[in-house]
Amino acid sequence: MGVRITYADSVYDLEDGESVLDGLLRHNLDIPYSCKSGTCQSCLMQAVSGDIPAAAQIDLKPGYKKQNLFLACQCTPEQDMDVQLPGTAIDVPAVIHSMEMLNHNVVRLVLMPQDEFTCEPGQYISLINGKGVTRSYSIANDPGKEDHIDLHIRFIKNGKMSLWLENQATRGDMLTLRGPAGNCFYTSDDGYDYPIVLAGTGTGLAPLYGILNRALECGHKGRIYLYHGALQAEDLYYIDELQALSEQHDLFDYVPCVLNGQDNNFYKAGNIEDIVMKALPKNKAQTRLFLCGAPDMVNSLKKKAFLSGLASKHIYADAFLPSKT
Amino acid sequence: MSSLYERLGGANAVNTAVDIFYRKMLGDDRVSHFFDNTDMDGQIAKQKAFLTMAFGGPNNYTGKDLREGHKHLVEKGLNDTHVDIVIEHLGGTLKELGVPDADITEVASIANSVRDDVLNR
Repeated sequence: MGVRITYADSVYDLEDGESVLDGLLRHNLDIPYSCKSGTCQSCLMQAVSGDIPAAAQIDLKPGYKKQNLFLACQCTPEQDMDVQLPGTAIDVPAVIHSMEMLNHNVVRLVLMPQDEFTCEPGQYISLINGKGVTRSYSIANDPGKEDHIDLHIRFIKNGKMSLWLENQATRGDMLTLRGPAGNCFYTSDDGYDYPIVLAGTGTGLAPLYGILNRALECGHKGRIYLYHGALQAEDLYYIDELQALSEQHDLFDYVPCVLNGQDNNFYKAGNIEDIVMKALPKNKAQTRLFLCGAPDMVNSLKKKAFLSGLASKHIYADAFLPSKT
Repeated sequence: MSSLYERLGGANAVNTAVDIFYRKMLGDDRVSHFFDNTDMDGQIAKQKAFLTMAFGGPNNYTGKDLREGHKHLVEKGLNDTHVDIVIEHLGGTLKELGVPDADITEVASIANSVRDDVLNR
């Protein structure tokens, strides 16, 4: 009896020595792939159950491994596996527990999932309200530990979800969560000693706040720097929380950056990209960089940091794209 | 006698070389404009597939793939000079990694062998 692969509710036999990719393709399934040599990562799949052979995860980011992602073209399993394409959606109902303004236009939305929900702080979910409006938001806390989900939502003028939250949503309303997804989260697979740079604009702070707290809880030993970029000082939030954390932890530095401002005791004035690049840790080859928020900042800083010597696999980015609907 | 790909170090060599190579390409004004900077991860995956091929490793590229994949770049002006620059940076990357000249020449000649497909000629 050969190895069997479960995919999309059907079971497929593999021939001896056949990869998961080749087997599924032989059964005429539409699985994305390109190089078939374990380098391009087009054929990334996710194991729901079953052991993943080590060869199928060589050089994947630790975050990918943690989500049981593997390269289907390099995966010749010894035992049966249940697999899916990555990020296959799981819907969980959730109820609004509370809403609290964090500054003049960012609300902290606290949701209680009504079913089991696990994720890594820093991943994101799609939130679907009763009117069918769907938007993606990053998770700012550790729902596995705290039994609720914290989202930071910036009110956008005439935004559909914004208008609904501002004018209609109340405690007890039911929403649907889809996900989680994303690779922007803390892992300690490579030890606890490396420097971490977290840089985000606006509500890009949400995933970074989750990652920061996770790293501190895990007993991270390397330096951690958090740069929060804002247009005006009034756009910053969680200032007290972050200052308190930096006082409690010698290894953590909080650096608010305000584009339209003057340097002072509290924040640095200027473009967050310039401020981050000027202060990158000396140990560039080991530094992990997490970037979240405005797409222009994320993409530009990603490139600048890479060119300055950071390893591509150590840069985790999550660009917040505006909704088109 | 081991193959070129084995001598260079196989997939590990590709993974080590890709950052050095891609950094050289992105940092070179003569070619950096061919890289759309919104999808660095996707581009790195493509560079890895290219390096695997150039290192003599397993690959499934056909002339048709290479033609299709570079068509939009040829329309933007991709020409022999740019292919020369790619091969120059490929050599520079391998030199940094301590690869002997004879192997670098072999890699360059593999890369050169797809020149006409890449340039859609």
